[in-house]
Amino acid sequence: MITQKIDRRSFLKAGAGGLLLGFYLPESGRLKAQTNAASKLNAFVHVGSDDTVTLFIHMAEMGQGTVTSLSMLLAEELECDWNKIRTEFPGVDRAYGPLQGVFGSRSIRTSWEPLRKAGASAREMLIEAAAENWGVGRDQCRAENGVVINTATNARLSYGRLAEAAAKLPVPSNITLKDPKQFRLIGTSPKRLDTPGKVDGRTLFGIDVRLPGMQYAVIARCPVFGGKVASFDAAKAKAVEGVKQVVEISNGIAVLADNTWSAMEGRRALQIKWDEGANANASSASIRKLFVDLAEKPGATARKEGDVEPALAGAAKRIEAVYEAPYLAHAPMEPLNCVAHVRPDGCEVWASTQIQTAARGVAAKVTGLAPEKVQVHTMYLGGGFGRRGGSDYIGEAVEVAKAVGGPVKLTWSREDDLQHDMYRPASYSRFAAGLDSDGWPVAWFTRIACPSFGGLQNGVDRTGVEGVADILYGITNILVEYHAADAGIPVSYWRSVGYSQNTFFTESFVDELAVAGGKDPLELRRRLLAKSPRMLGALELAAAKAGWGQPLPHGRFRGIAVTNNIGSFNAQVAEISVSQGKLRVHRVVCAVDCGQVVNPRGVEQQIQSGIVFGLTAALKGAITIDRGRVQQQNFHQYDVLRIDEMPHVEVHLVPSQNAPGGIGESSTPGIAPAVANALFAATGKRVRRLPIRPEDLV
Amino acid sequence: MAAIEFTLNGKIQKVDVPSHMPLLWVLRDTIGLTGTKFGCGMALCGACTVHVDGQPMRSCVTPVASVAAKHVTTIEGLSSDHSHPVQRAWMEEDVPQCGYCQSGQIMTAAALLAKAPNPTDADIDEAMHGIICRCGTYQSIRRAIHLAAEYRAASVKGGAV
Ligand code: FES
Ligand code: FES
Repeated sequence: MITQKIDRRSFLKAGAGGLLLGFYLPESGRLKAQTNAASKLNAFVHVGSDDTVTLFIHMAEMGQGTVTSLSMLLAEELECDWNKIRTEFPGVDRAYGPLQGVFGSRSIRTSWEPLRKAGASAREMLIEAAAENWGVGRDQCRAENGVVINTATNARLSYGRLAEAAAKLPVPSNITLKDPKQFRLIGTSPKRLDTPGKVDGRTLFGIDVRLPGMQYAVIARCPVFGGKVASFDAAKAKAVEGVKQVVEISNGIAVLADNTWSAMEGRRALQIKWDEGANANASSASIRKLFVDLAEKPGATARKEGDVEPALAGAAKRIEAVYEAPYLAHAPMEPLNCVAHVRPDGCEVWASTQIQTAARGVAAKVTGLAPEKVQVHTMYLGGGFGRRGGSDYIGEAVEVAKAVGGPVKLTWSREDDLQHDMYRPASYSRFAAGLDSDGWPVAWFTRIACPSFGGLQNGVDRTGVEGVADILYGITNILVEYHAADAGIPVSYWRSVGYSQNTFFTESFVDELAVAGGKDPLELRRRLLAKSPRMLGALELAAAKAGWGQPLPHGRFRGIAVTNNIGSFNAQVAEISVSQGKLRVHRVVCAVDCGQVVNPRGVEQQIQSGIVFGLTAALKGAITIDRGRVQQQNFHQYDVLRIDEMPHVEVHLVPSQNAPGGIGESSTPGIAPAVANALFAATGKRVRRLPIRPEDLV
Repeated sequence: MAAIEFTLNGKIQKVDVPSHMPLLWVLRDTIGLTGTKFGCGMALCGACTVHVDGQPMRSCVTPVASVAAKHVTTIEGLSSDHSHPVQRAWMEEDVPQCGYCQSGQIMTAAALLAKAPNPTDADIDEAMHGIICRCGTYQSIRRAIHLAAEYRAASVKGGAV
């Protein structure tokens, strides 16, 4: 985890770069530089002489609502007119922290205080400017809806008229933030600021950037992970109408054309001999064997409480199970892409990226320029889900642009996306538990074999064990072990990371324990969570709203699961039916305690979104390997949830005064086990391997 | 290369491109209308949906020559001011998350309402099944289509459009 330490002064005063006046996209017209003089009150707030308030959203918008929710944090204290706000994505700047980006559902958590402070500080400077203008004391002035009011005379000065003077004032040193009871915006659901541009085609995603003289590029990469170009013949590719040039880069062969389609046609005509390298014979079966063999041997200890071995040996009943999950692709709807322009003295990239600092870093590395010479233009993201935390596609674009001079847009096809992802790792986990004579669990053992990408500490990668090692269940003897299994397949962060598979394992296994001990699954969880009030609170709310224990229509069955991740507590009850070999999820009741809620409608959207993502993984998702390459090419082989499969999702918030938790990844892990547990209730069959297959339904 | 002429969002458009070039790339790269999105290139996701003579079509597999002399409408041409009932409903429900799939969703929904002014949930499933949203906005889409049907009925009754 990266902790953000920001010196308060530099944080509030540092510039946002020349972007406000420098950003120019010829054919968009509408994203033109703001023409009225805007005064910079701090890195987050500029006020124009026409009263326009520009808020700088330093974290990328990938659908999770950052543009709106971060604006709410700023505006709550700024007391500006919500209807006059415009937002902009700034360039990379120290003022926005050492690692500028969205990951780990942290946008609200890391912005909660700093952004309210930035808003408050700007407001104080505007009030101070008004007080000086009127020659009165500061306490005779009050800010409201974009104006400062002289409370004695009722005179008013708009922010636009005060901005220039305010910007020259020192940054106030002690800021008192509002008591939550005084919030006007936080806790409400204003309309999303980014909706209008997303219903008329105006919003510019990375893939929509167009520059004069830009060439369109695609890259042929070795289908086998780790392979290289042995030799190639570009003659036929160059003969394709529209193709301009073919260049070799470190990761393959780039074809450049005067439109994307010609570049793709040219790529098809390329003749390439690959040196497939060490992974040429890898398959899903060989990778699984690697995991199985590892799981035979003791692994590194991720959690140890009590003494599991004697507790298991002395238990009245012992339950064992093996759980498995496949590799998964992210498949954001906007295929990866990047526009890059490399000049001898500088480089610009336009990218839909989750981590601007990393984007700048990779461009600096490829060009050999200092990071300050790289300007990153953050575009809207057509989905991220962790994939756009990687900068591989940005490095590629910069390398091509450097090779050819002039601006280049690199576009990945869907096939490129599915075959060259950095996947959610597959995992193989052995579970064992012991019950006492009353049927309550007294021992829990898990041994995980899973590829690592988050770095090892004492042999353990947190991303491989989260969701098991941090279970809140009060069981006296717990041992969780881990093996980093290197299978040669690139892996990385995928929405909810380790929880995405481990919560399925854990919550299904807990259900097995309930059945083995003759307990109701809710009753068992209730008892084991007695010392975790927030988790218990979410569980009780979900169970009550779902009517747990009450009769269901004929053919309907329920399953329940809980998740504690990203500082939030999530409980779900899924209601399903199985008929004619088809599983249908009808209803999902989800209760979440995510601390204080900034935007309830935003939370609801993210919960629904996370459930769809997790349900796709539960019912459909699997990336498989044969001859060292991914077998899935496009959506016909990597299907995702459709509207006719969408359950009715109900979201219930546990009222909370705790600091905000994350939300974007809260609901993804719990849906698979909730559905699998409901399936067990329906069929008596335990699903221990995802995705759920037709043979699991009979 | 071939000179091809069609009506794009109400205006005559001439392009000089290979005749089998997909309409999607002619719109996005040649003409510069980027509201229509690329998602799969194989008629599998619906992100690229436009109207050709009022019918929803997947522009990624529609050769540009096949729209010669026809009327093509893209998301940019649905209305000039968000006044189309589907756009109004989409804004009221705040449907989009990342927004990338939404041009395809909106164009498909608009074509559905033109055909079935008061669609049932089953009609919605059938028409919208092919349009993928990875952000999972389906529940909002369903609500918004019903709302758009109401807006549309109200404006028909009121005599406008
Ligand atoms: S891009 Fe045309 S259907 Fe996917
Ligand atoms: S809103 Fe993101 S893919 Fe649909």
